[in-house]
Order: sequence, then C-alpha cells, then structure tokens
Amino acid sequence: MSAAWATVIAVGGGTAVLKAVGPVVVGGRPLPPRLLGLLSMLAPALLAALVIDEGFASGRSLVLDARVAGLAAGASAVMLRAPIWAVVVAGAAATALARLLF
Amino acid sequence: MWVAAPLVPAAAALGASFGVLARTAHMGAAAAVVMSATTFAGSAQVAAVSVLGGGGGVAAAVAAALLLNTRYTPIGISIAQSFRGRFLRRLTEAQLVIDESWALAGGGTAGFDRGVFLGAGVALWVAWTAGTAVGALLGGVIGNPSSFGLDGAFAALFLALVGSQLRSRRAFAAATGGALIAVALTPVAPPGIPILAATVAALAGWRRK
Repeated sequence: MSAAWATVIAVGGGTAVLKAVGPVVVGGRPLPPRLLGLLSMLAPALLAALVIDEGFASGRSLVLDARVAGLAAGASAVMLRAPIWAVVVAGAAATALARLLF
Repeated sequence: MWVAAPLVPAAAALGASFGVLARTAHMGAAAAVVMSATTFAGSAQVAAVSVLGGGGGVAAAVAAALLLNTRYTPIGISIAQSFRGRFLRRLTEAQLVIDESWALAGGGTAGFDRGVFLGAGVALWVAWTAGTAVGALLGGVIGNPSSFGLDGAFAALFLALVGSQLRSRRAFAAATGGALIAVALTPVAPPGIPILAATVAALAGWRRK
C-alpha cells in the first residue's frame, strides 16, 4: 500500500472515531444540567479561537495579511446586522481585493 | 439548507484547492476524493497532504491530521443529545460534524437545530467532495482557487457566529479566554492544539455566575 493510501485510511478512520464519540456514546440520553451549562460556553470559546486560527494564523506564526481586510469587512457587516451570507461574501470580497491591491 | 448557501461555493472551491494540493503532493486523484469523502475536515486534510508532500512519513502526516481533529470530540459531545436512533445511524450522522455545520446550527446552545445541522452538513459534504474531484482531475487547468479570498470568508463566518454568541458576560469571558489561548499557543504548539486548548476557556464562562 502506498503512503498516500495508508494516510487516507488512518486519518479517515481516526477522524470518524473522534467525531462519533459523543453522538454514539451519549446518544439521545439527557446530560446533567451542570455539564450542559459548561458545554454552552464551549461555542463562544471555540468560535473565538477559530477566528484567530482562520484570520491570523499561518502555520505556527501569527500574521497580519489580506485576511484582516476580510475580518474588518465581516465585522462591519455584523454591526450593520447583515445576514450571515452577506457577512461571508463581504469577508471573501474584501480579502480578495486586499490581496489583489497589496 | 439555505443558511449554508453562501458556504457551498466556498467549500467547493476550497475542496478544489485541496484536490490541486493533493496532486502536487503525489497523491492520486482517487485517494484525494476518498479522503474528502471519509475525513471531511479541510484543515486536517491539508495538513496531512502537506506533511506527505514535504517528505514527512505516514505517521507524521496522520498525527498532524488527527491532532487537528481532536476538537471534534468536545464538539460532538456538545450536540450528542440530539442524535437519536440506532448505532449505525448515529455513527453516520456524526460524520457530518464539522466546525461550520455545528456553528451554523447553533451548536452548544439550547437552540441547536438538528435540521440545519444535517442540511448544512450534507450540502457542505457534497460541495467539498465534488470540489476535490474537480481540483484533483483538472488541477493544472483551473489554477489555484485558494487565491479568491476564501480564507477571509471563513474567518468572517466565525466572527459573525462568535458575535451572535456574545449575549452574556459569561459568554464574553469564554470567548475572550478562547481567543487569548489561541493567540498564546499558536506560535509554540503544533497546529490543532491551540483550538483544542481553547475549549478550556469554557470553564472561565462557566464558573462566573
């Protein structure tokens, strides 16, 4: 088996297990309220980290590049209470424009 | 699902850029498409292919990808209650867990919408897998689609979603903590670890009553 196929199989199998732990083990059973309270704080924590990762990370460096323009445009759209699709389109357009100009 | 509509072309284009990248790293078109269909996690796939293309071994490529995907375990647990039915059905639906499907559906909140999660997950899976096929087969013809500002689109998406979460001081504390952890760890930890470690910031919002 080639290195490529070995990687495809191992990553696919491993990822399937990581994704399935909660849905398969916990299933439809109710969780304790204290745990639910903790999990409800997971979304803001993870999403903020994803903004940093998608907006500023380049490998192991933090950089300011064209994505900053995308984030600024996205933030402006959020302030204007634009729907989520408009935020995404504004982010892509501003990033592409900044990359073209600079 | 219409909420995922602006992300479908973005996912297809990112899928195509993964397909192009996979071919330049000497991965066959079939392997690239199978990887997108089974792993369905962009950053991990790019990481694995980059390691292989850079001359790293299978073990290093697999470790890099799985580290990036460790966050899907806490994410899966946060919405586990809404998975019903037999083992095989829960196992299959769980494969639709990605950052975007989870976040668009209001993952981790009381308002989690299972229909949005499944609809967005399927739409993004089809776009990602089909995009990979196009990129892997036509890579040389279409050029590199990643130059269209797609990375900025996903950053803006997560910004909008975090904005919608900041309804309480607790949520604000958790978001601030998560961002600070990501900033602090990105330069020193392997890719994937900063995002996983940011889950600890949920405690900051949790304990503050």
